[in-house]
This record gives sequence, structure tokens and C-alpha cells, in this order.
Amino acid sequence: MDNILTAEHISKSFTNHRALDDVSVSVPRGQVYGLLGPNGAGKTTLIRIINHITAPDTGLVTFNGHPLTADDVTNIGYLPEERGLYKKMKVGEQALFFARLKGLSKAEATSRLREWFDRLEISDWWDKKVEELSKGMAQKVQFIVTVLHRPELLIFDEPFSGFDPINAGILKREILKLRDEGSTIIFSTHNMGSVEELCDNITLINRSRNILSGSVRDVREKFADNRYRITYQGDPAQLLEATDRLGAEAMVGETDKLGNLTATLSLAPGTGKRDMIAAVNGAVDLCTFEQVIPSMDDIFVAAVRASEKNVEVEPQN
Amino acid sequence: MANSLGLVIQREYFERVKRKSFIISTILVPIVMIALMLAPAFFMLFSKSEQKTVMVVDNTGVVAQRLVGNDEVKFVPATAPVDSLRANEDNETILILGSDAVENPAKGITLLSRGSVSMMTDAFITGQIKSAIEDVRLQKYNIPDIKQIMEDVTADVKMTTIRIDQEKDTETSSELSYFLSLIMDMMLYMFILIYGQMVMTSIIEEKNNRVLEIVVSSVKPFQLMLGKIAGVGLVAITQILIWAVLIGTAVAVATPFLTPETLGNDVPVEVTGALAQFTEPGFLISLLVYTLLFFIGGFLFYSSIYAAIGSAVSNVQDASQLSSIATMPVIIGIIGSMAILNDPSSALAFWLSIIPFTSPMAMMARLPYGVPGWEIALSIVLLYIAFMFMIWLCGKIYRVGIFMYGKKPTLMEIIRWSRYK
Repeated sequence: MDNILTAEHISKSFTNHRALDDVSVSVPRGQVYGLLGPNGAGKTTLIRIINHITAPDTGLVTFNGHPLTADDVTNIGYLPEERGLYKKMKVGEQALFFARLKGLSKAEATSRLREWFDRLEISDWWDKKVEELSKGMAQKVQFIVTVLHRPELLIFDEPFSGFDPINAGILKREILKLRDEGSTIIFSTHNMGSVEELCDNITLINRSRNILSGSVRDVREKFADNRYRITYQGDPAQLLEATDRLGAEAMVGETDKLGNLTATLSLAPGTGKRDMIAAVNGAVDLCTFEQVIPSMDDIFVAAVRASEKNVEVEPQN
Repeated sequence: MANSLGLVIQREYFERVKRKSFIISTILVPIVMIALMLAPAFFMLFSKSEQKTVMVVDNTGVVAQRLVGNDEVKFVPATAPVDSLRANEDNETILILGSDAVENPAKGITLLSRGSVSMMTDAFITGQIKSAIEDVRLQKYNIPDIKQIMEDVTADVKMTTIRIDQEKDTETSSELSYFLSLIMDMMLYMFILIYGQMVMTSIIEEKNNRVLEIVVSSVKPFQLMLGKIAGVGLVAITQILIWAVLIGTAVAVATPFLTPETLGNDVPVEVTGALAQFTEPGFLISLLVYTLLFFIGGFLFYSSIYAAIGSAVSNVQDASQLSSIATMPVIIGIIGSMAILNDPSSALAFWLSIIPFTSPMAMMARLPYGVPGWEIALSIVLLYIAFMFMIWLCGKIYRVGIFMYGKKPTLMEIIRWSRYK
């Protein structure tokens, strides 16, 4: 696969702790890549290394196939988690300053800024001082500054913190639009809901190590054990009898809105869907069945717990 | 990316220069300075209106007529007895001269006063009595033309100091050099402290409102630090240039009025004589150039240290302890300069003006006295090499420090940061 960015065996230590321990990630071009992990896991350190702000102790970062250099930073847009603006400067003036730092000419920067300010409906703020803006308003300005120079790679660290749902929605829409226009996006967060919605691939970092990587679908399938939720008509006792014979565990649930009975079945490894359907349908009248897919939230918690017990990551849903 | 350094400098410079506080302080400081210089004259002007009347009770009969008053003191011979003079509350001051005051002036001379008597008045009255008594005593010798003789005997000595170790013999003035050294040292001290700490506080501010996190994603931390130091330095130069122009104009306007008449003939002969040395263009230009080089070098050297400190801490309170460590060498330099002023060619003077930590201060003290060219060159080269090393080291600390929040780091920790990759 064509990777815009790879980081291989990155380690970085500070005086009292190891921030990154042999972490590797590959970010495919044109996708949204989730960089997940609890607070203090080492995400921000990894992002700073990718941004050429700090250097790794060991390991190699490549960008577009070549080792990362300082000049590559003009092709990267980074929205840090902890972010601020110069309070005493006017919004427009300040946005221009940041845009020009990324190598845009003054005229080019001005026209693009005007366009973005219109797009996010904040044109009235151009001549306001930053200290007059609310937090959410300032975040919009920061977002614009991050994407203005149309970098190939965008890195958003907790972009939605501090946004109300309406503005978070606008931001989400803009991020997906940028992806559709060809940008690659690295998205660092612990908000799992937005991961399911936005990310194609993820890496989960905990305690300085990469504990889980892959496409969102693969990861979820990997964590999906052989569990099915069914609805049926009939006698729960007969259902239990049938599942016992199959060697599966069944938990009888409540009656749903349509008046069907529900149950969750955990099949023994090796038991197929067909066997389950055949056995259940013989005992009761099966209405619906679906595989139980764990949410990213569940996976996050399970993977982090497992790694902290220092055992291999195993599905345990 | 050299372009971004320019942008950072530009932003730093204009943000500061456009601030109201900059404009106000730039205009206000020369006004305050001129006001301070003129203040004594003003006070003189006001105090003149209050002439003190001293009632003189002269029991010798020969001193009172020899006392001469001035604008502030007026002597009035009194005939009434002391008790009645004392009883009259209109009499502010009464001078009583005992009958043997001429023979034994150490005793028997008393000044009665309502309210306190200023030191100047006290000295003036004592001086008048002294010369009056001396005059009486001289008269007793009965030598004809004694006044003429005394005047003939008085010698007014003027000595010209000429330096013969220079290419060309030059007339120098220790007094003027001394004052020039003192003023330049004080200016350098304020310059380093005010603008160096301005670099520090502005880094702390950037770090606290987290704008730094955004800036370093497009500018290398080292360039940001360099840009900040250069930007603030340019602000400093701008401010000083404006002051120089304002003060220069004020002096140019005032000079025609500063004639010996208006100054009351108080200007020492030495000053006018020595001015020749300082108005010689060659000396003046080299003095200015060297001063500028040491000012800039000293500022760059110390502000990079202040920048490292600013990056390491999270608030101004935490910075104060660390910055006082950085200020120590400046103060040592100033104290050393005081010693240098007593002997500008001593070994102490040499070493203090070679070591980069103290060289700007020490050289400020020595320059007006004239320093061998090779020493100046060595000192400047060492200072700028030290600055490069210091900014490299502090850049490494800065790069780590700006992402350290919370607990105040120790000096050892900060030094350890410089070894991070």
C-alpha cells in the first residue's frame, strides 16, 4: 500500500520515563488514520516527532518515501491539543502570520483566508482581537490556520475538544471533505465515537508501546468473538436445551418492542453460523440474528486493560 | 525556511512597537530624565524666595560688620539683649558670638533657631564667620597691603594629563572618563536586564497560552528563539535611537543657554579642557562603534540565557530565582567595573574585560580611558564566540523546556535537557 508516512521502531526517552518504546506506524495515503491511546500514552510525543519538533532517540520516520526533513513540515498541518493564539493580535493579522510561516505569499494567504473565513462564517472576526473571541471561535481560527496551506498530511490532536455539537459537526464535515480532496489525516483522540465515524485505520498506543494496529474493520472483527444476538418466538426452555446440545452458552434477554423474545448466544470456537441457525430454528421460531460487534470503546478498554496486565491482547468481550 | 525567521522577527518587532506601553515609555523616559536633571535648579528657584534673616548678637564688636549675606541668608546686627530677642517670635534665627570668639572660635559661637537649619545654610554661616575671623586676625598683624599679598600668593593649579602610550599623544580627563564610564555601565546594566527579561517574560507568556505549540509546528524552536531575541533587540535599538534623538534635540536646544553666565561660573576648568578629547571625531566614532558592539554582544549573550530560563518555567514567579542566577555575572561585572575605574589598566581590569560574562560591563568602564586595540578585538571576538555557544546551548534547552509544564525544574535538570536529541 502507498504510505505517505511511516515511523519505524521509534523510541524516545526523557529523564524519568520512556515516552515511546519501539513504536511503528504506517499511514496509508488518502485515509483517516486514528492515533488512539489513554492520556500520557505517548501520542503527543509521536506527533511531535512526525512534525520534526523533536527527534527520536532511535528509529526512522519517512515522509513520501524519504527520511523526514525540516522542509517536509510545509507539507504537514498540525493542530495541537493544547493550543492558543497571540491574544493581543488581530485575528486576520495573526492568521496571515501563520499562513506565511507555512510558506504562502501574502496575497495568496489573504485570498485563501478570506475564502475559509466565509466558508466557516467568521468573516466578521477579521479585525477583532483574539482576546475578544470565545474558545470555540478561536478554535475555528486555529483549524483554518492548520489546513490553509493545503498540506498533504494533516494531524489533528483532539480537534473536537471545546466545540459544541453543531460546530463539531461542521468540523467533521470539513475534515472528511479535506480527505476527499486528497489529504491524508492523522487523527489523535480518545473520543471513540468519532473514531468509528471517521477513521479507516487505527493504532492504539498505551504505556509508550503500540498495542494494536490495523483497519477499523479488521480490529473490530478481531475483537468480535463468536457472539450472536437473536430474536425469536417460542419457549425459552427449548432454546436453552438446543444451545446446550450445541455446546453454546445462552443468555435469555427481555422481550423486544415487537413482542419477540431475545437472547445472546456465545458459541464455542469452531461452531459455525449454520450450525447455530439449524439448532436454534429446530427449537424455536427464529426471527432475526446478528453478530455482536464490539464498539471501539469496548475494544479500547479491553486492549488497554489487557496490555496493562502484560498479556497478549485477547478478545474478552 | 530563512523566510520564517524574518517573519518571526517582524511579528515580534511590530507587536511591541505598536503597543501603547512602548509609545508611552519611549516618550516619557526622556521627559522624566530631563525633569530629574532640571529638578535641583527648580528647587533652587523656589527656595530663593525664602531669605533667612539672622539676627547677629556680636560680643566681639568686630565680626558682625564683616559677615556678608547672600540670596538665602541676610545678617542683621542686633543691639537688644539675647533674652528679649529670643522672646520675640519674629526672630527665626539668632547668632550669638561670644566675646572671645576671635581668639577661640571653637567655643562660644551659638546659633539659635526656630525650626531646623539646612546643611547649606549652616555651612554658609560657618564659612562667613570663618573668613570674618581670619580677616580680623590678619588685621592684627598690621602688615600693610596684606590683602594684595594674600591674593598674589594664592595659586590656581591646572594639570594637563597626556597619554603617551597611544599612537598620538592625547589629552585626557580622568573626571570626564569616570562619569562617562559610570553612565555607560549603568545603561548597559539596565539594557541587559530590561530587554533580556522582556525576552524571558514573553516566552513564558507564549508558553502559557499555548500559542507556542502552534508556532513550533511551522518554525524550528531555535529559529523562534533567535527571532524573539532579534525582535526584542531591534525594539531596544529603536527605543534607544528615539531617546538619543529626543535628548540630542533637547541638548541642542538647551546648549546656547548653558553659557558660563547661566551656569554661574561653576563649570570646572577641567571639563572644558577635556572636552577636546571627546569631541575629536576619530575617538568619538571608535568609542561609539565599540560601545554598540559590546551592547549588542552583551544583550545577545544574556538574552539567550534568559530565553532558556523562560522556556524552562511555567510562570514569572518560578523564573525569578533562576533569572537571579543569570543576573549575578552582570552584577559582578558592574562591581568589578567600579574597581576598574580606580585602575583601568590593572590585571583585574584585563581579565574581567576578556571573560565574556563580564566583558561588556568591564569594557564599558574601560573604553572611555582608552584600551589597546588588540584587547578590544580579543574581547569582542571572545564575546561573540561565547554568544554563539550560548545560543546553541540555550536553543537546545529551549526546545525541550517549552514543552515542560508544571513543576519548576532544577538547574541540573535544565542542563540535562541540553543533552536530549
